[in-house]
Amino acid sequence: MSKEKFDAIVVGAGMSGNAAAYTMASRGLKVLQLERGEYPGSKNVQGAILYANMLETIIPDFRDDAPLERHLIEQRFWLMDDTSHTGVHYRSDDFNEPTPNRYTIIRAQFDKWFSRKVREAGATVLCETTATELVLDGGGKVIGVRTDRAGETIHAEVVVLAEGVNGLLGTRAGFRKVPKPEAVALAVKEMHFLPEEVIGERFGLTGDQGCVIEAAGTISRGMAGLGFLYTNKESVSLGIGCLVSDFAATVESPYTLLDAFKDHPSIRPLLAGSEVKEYAAHLIPEGGYKAIPQLFGNGWVVVGDAGQLNNAVHREGSNLAMTSGRIAGEAISMIKSQGCPMAPENLSLYKAMLDKSFVVKDLKKYKDMPALLHTNSRNFFMTYPQLLSKAAQNFVRVDGTPKIEKEKATTAAFVKARSRWGLFSDAVRLALAWR
Amino acid sequence: MHIVVCIKQVPDSAQIRVHPVTNTIMRQGVPTIINPYDLFALEEALKVRDHHGGEVTVLTMGPPMAEEALRKALTYGADRAVLLTDRHFAGSDTLATSFALSQAIAQIGNSFGTPDIVFTGKQTIDGDTAQVGPGIAKRLNLVQLTYVAKITSIDLSARAITVERRSEGGTHVLKSKLPCLITMLEGTTVIRRGSLDDALRAARSEIVKWSAVEAGIEDITKCGLRGSPTVVKRVFAPTPREQKAVQIDTTEKRVRDIADELVASIFTHQPALQHELSSAGSA
Repeated sequence: MSKEKFDAIVVGAGMSGNAAAYTMASRGLKVLQLERGEYPGSKNVQGAILYANMLETIIPDFRDDAPLERHLIEQRFWLMDDTSHTGVHYRSDDFNEPTPNRYTIIRAQFDKWFSRKVREAGATVLCETTATELVLDGGGKVIGVRTDRAGETIHAEVVVLAEGVNGLLGTRAGFRKVPKPEAVALAVKEMHFLPEEVIGERFGLTGDQGCVIEAAGTISRGMAGLGFLYTNKESVSLGIGCLVSDFAATVESPYTLLDAFKDHPSIRPLLAGSEVKEYAAHLIPEGGYKAIPQLFGNGWVVVGDAGQLNNAVHREGSNLAMTSGRIAGEAISMIKSQGCPMAPENLSLYKAMLDKSFVVKDLKKYKDMPALLHTNSRNFFMTYPQLLSKAAQNFVRVDGTPKIEKEKATTAAFVKARSRWGLFSDAVRLALAWR
Repeated sequence: MHIVVCIKQVPDSAQIRVHPVTNTIMRQGVPTIINPYDLFALEEALKVRDHHGGEVTVLTMGPPMAEEALRKALTYGADRAVLLTDRHFAGSDTLATSFALSQAIAQIGNSFGTPDIVFTGKQTIDGDTAQVGPGIAKRLNLVQLTYVAKITSIDLSARAITVERRSEGGTHVLKSKLPCLITMLEGTTVIRRGSLDDALRAARSEIVKWSAVEAGIEDITKCGLRGSPTVVKRVFAPTPREQKAVQIDTTEKRVRDIADELVASIFTHQPALQHELSSAGSA
């Protein structure tokens, strides 16, 4: 056992862990952060888009030195069938603002930077050190963690579990269950190297401008899933993710989906001549509001993915992670400054503050969405994209058929595929879940 | 006893790529690591310290970011780290590097006690010259024991060390006096995992940083590009050979036939060999 005792131990150096460690250390707490990877970011996987606002709250001048790839000026939503995509593109010069709202980032670089800020704030960061279990006293209070360095333990008043989606420590201690297969998506991604000017030409971008494509449809073969393509400075990141339960039921393999996505006639030309730089896979918590476990207890709090704090509908995760980390850090600092113990009745402050934030409010808004998309995935991800593509083609193809007949054919295709009642009920349920 | 280990931060050569357009090495985004051969030297040094007492000082020359490599060495359990960093060192070849390192080792001797053993890895994975270790030994007038596979014994009172040195013909068992310089062979040992307290200490340690002047270097012209007679004329990616290995189907044909064909093929490419072998056979 190390003789040293800390005010707080943060397990994990991802977005939520770094936010928590930074917040506490900059408020004068004695903080130890443990990271299993060789350096912060080496094990962390994200698309990745950074939401400036939430980081600004923590580090206002982050734009001065954070490694940012491109600021996003264009968002494309695509519904895809096997040969086409029907898209809505939103591009605005308003996004070329002095303090842009969204950036693409490469986590391996960004997290290194964030961790440097954490160290500069005064926290001690240990890499290549895995917390293997929580150490409890006789009364069930968490008093520290055991590490994989010869099984040595180290003590603190409170442990912040920022350990990611699998959350081994928390589940091992019985604080929460292993996430269910229908509450996590498995996403695979690749990073393709392309010269900066080629990316600029292909996507109509100049300087640091960036573009995002998010796509759904037959690419997920009827499963609830999403494909994406993000532009970085000298590379594009692209990937696809589907619910683990769907993968299990369909026996599809993630890499074949990604290969098919890359080979889709709408995506292929965007990647032409590129060289794969890296590939990665990651689990994403998608259970939403109803899957959020207990977030605090005797001497511990949970932040980020470990707490299922991820908004799958808006594809936001890192901002919820950062915000939950910051709020946990603020709550712990307040409790500490008043000289109170890290008992559940005091740590409940974290949950109370989180409930008031956009994190829980947003998740609550979409609480019925995961169930809807899961049970009806084939309709939403296979049937409708195909119908829409047919309708669009029907509209643009000029072949001498009278327009009235074309419209009738389109309507008939929808009714045939889903029935009037089916269309009506899908629309109502979607509207209710979105409400 | 006092042991100095020289390490180098190198790009992870397994992850280096050549730029498809410009044909230059892409260093951007390539992770850096401690030269793997140096880890064998470091572990051997730590073992000697654990057994005989004393201190291990780790030394590197490089840009400020080389501090990462030193901090890692402290995590493994080294007692002290010195970073030799100065613009004057930029562009050093092996001659200039061994000069700067030997001066720094002398300065380490002045500041923290004269070293009994200086360790290096057998070579680095980026330069691959294996010249810096011997260069340091020569300049510091140390006995050099290169390609050492094992330290058999150290007798501190007699100031003697016995090592096994691997050479092409076999293994030398060498006895030498201390102080000496050892370049350590790979695969000799596995780097340890530092204790939690070592890791904590490493995370908080201030790394000693020396400029050329602070390292006691008076003659700057022997450093960096100016002190380096080596000139890199061109960097290029080797073009793949046209000849490819052929997989032979062994299921249909008898293995003896395949062997005969192979021998015949070798002899058509190397006629002298056939002559040599047949004359050797007749004699």
